[in-house]
Amino acid sequence: MKGLFPIISVLAGLAVVPLVAHSNVTLNFLVVALMIALAGQGWNILGGYGGQYSFGHAAFFGTGAYVTAILQMRYGVNAWIAFACGIAASAALGAFLGALTFRSGLRGSYFALVTLAFAEVLRIIASVAPITGAGVGTLLKLDLGVRTLQFQSRAVFYWIILALVGISLVATRLIERSRFGVWLIAVRENEDAAKALGVNANGVKMAAMLISAAMTATAGCFYAQYFLFVDSGIAYGTWISIQALLTPIIGGVGTVFGPLLGALVVKLLGECAKLLAGDAPGLDLIIYGGVLVLVIWFVPRGLIGGLLHLHSLILRRSGPAAPPMEEARHG
Amino acid sequence: MLSSTILVPAILNGLLIGAIYALVALGLTLIYGVLHIINFAHGALLSAALFAAFFAYRLLGLDPYLAVFLLAPAFFAIGYALQRFIIGPASHGDDRNMLLVTLGISVVIENVLLYAFRADTRTIDMPYAFRTIDVGVTFLAVPRVVGFIAAFAVTLALWFVMTFTDTGRAIRAVAKEKLGAQLAGIDVAHVYAVTFGLGTACVAIAACLLIPSYYVNPSVGDAFVLVAFTIVVLGGMGSVPGALIGALLIGVAESLSGLFLGESLGQIGIFLIFIFVLLVRPSGLFGART
Repeated sequence: MKGLFPIISVLAGLAVVPLVAHSNVTLNFLVVALMIALAGQGWNILGGYGGQYSFGHAAFFGTGAYVTAILQMRYGVNAWIAFACGIAASAALGAFLGALTFRSGLRGSYFALVTLAFAEVLRIIASVAPITGAGVGTLLKLDLGVRTLQFQSRAVFYWIILALVGISLVATRLIERSRFGVWLIAVRENEDAAKALGVNANGVKMAAMLISAAMTATAGCFYAQYFLFVDSGIAYGTWISIQALLTPIIGGVGTVFGPLLGALVVKLLGECAKLLAGDAPGLDLIIYGGVLVLVIWFVPRGLIGGLLHLHSLILRRSGPAAPPMEEARHG
Repeated sequence: MLSSTILVPAILNGLLIGAIYALVALGLTLIYGVLHIINFAHGALLSAALFAAFFAYRLLGLDPYLAVFLLAPAFFAIGYALQRFIIGPASHGDDRNMLLVTLGISVVIENVLLYAFRADTRTIDMPYAFRTIDVGVTFLAVPRVVGFIAAFAVTLALWFVMTFTDTGRAIRAVAKEKLGAQLAGIDVAHVYAVTFGLGTACVAIAACLLIPSYYVNPSVGDAFVLVAFTIVVLGGMGSVPGALIGALLIGVAESLSGLFLGESLGQIGIFLIFIFVLLVRPSGLFGART
């Protein structure tokens, strides 16, 4: 399990943070960043590895958040079960959306369009339907305890989301190394060629959609437990669709650590903007939109891709000093 | 219960609003037809154009119907510059990147508007906003009738440009065969930018026609764009007559579903049509390209 070593070291490094930093502001920042990283990892499975760019991952995030909150508040379901149901409901939604789009052969622009419209319609429905609390939103009752999955200490939430991110990292690594992962990448690179080689392209995309929806939904379920409040603008808003795709694109599309790295950068940028210009509506999204354009423009392979490129450039620059073997490998 | 005295006005009003939709959809389909990508910044540009028309009236006292002669060229320039200096170079010729870049631009424009003007909804009061024309069976609002006629005039003008001018021929050549057009000496980057500019100018014209009878806020474009997407998919991506007929159909469908189901469900109805068309016939009624 050589590929798991970097993941374990990163997780171990992050796990000790609450023991060192006691500030609630820092922990809150990291909790939100990890939550976005998880949502981004979901997008990364379908978009990064599978090449199906979704513009509406809020559909999955929001469904997870709403199902978790509504089951607890309206039907008195246990928090852990509600959490699991949130993930399952979102996966079901993913299956529905996948069946709808992949079976009718929608790709590229069309796929982005359908996912965007889907999230938008869910937002409209959630803002008028009585079960979601309509415009008011759904408020979870404060009731601390393990059974209700609510904790006083931010550190506990931090470790929970870190564990969830850890699972998503390991899952992504395993997918990457599996036959399924290779099929998925083949579909991304050239769907027709993959089909010609006997890959069941629709089946592969459907499976990726399910995993992707479940991961992003987990972030949504966690959101509901952490903030104890969900409304249509939060759950199905543009902010989460944008961040879910922005984090892997900044970090490195189709890489295991891309979303995590991207989420930390995105959240840092957001905080800097708040420091510089105050907490004004729309400001963070202006920055995210701008960064999205700039990253695609100047670092199309993301930070990880950019660093690898830089690394190989440096090796080439110092080529004459390196042994001939090294030069041949990188030249 | 359903007498023609209710039904006929609803259909007529649907046709009138459909003509404005057609202008928005026309820009979208033009860009898709040539660049083969969906411009996700279309809605944000419409919001921006509505704000521009609003402030042209408030600050300069310019009547929206006159402002169109200022805003259409201005938005052509904006669209041209966006494609030539941002979208084109930023996306390195990759379709997926192009989608993401237009999405990024859309988020930036929409939130700059939100940041600058807040979420307030604004309207202007034109003396002719509530004037009506008696057409026998019903009364029609003057701004809508003007919009209807202007939309057809613009479509006709666009058709003329596309069919009879060198620019139009170049655009059609690039849409059909990019590499071949390039070999024939056509500057593809320029043609892309001109197309984007024309699409954006359509949005500016639509905004000037809308503002006397409509309102503006930073996210107003979104509602139109979902409708415009539906129209373009219904009419066939890239097809100009398809966009026009699709728009009129959707206008009537919205007006009738508003009559039967109530206002808030109208949008959902449009979305259901959208899903249905995508599933049954993704190439649309007049599909130019599957």
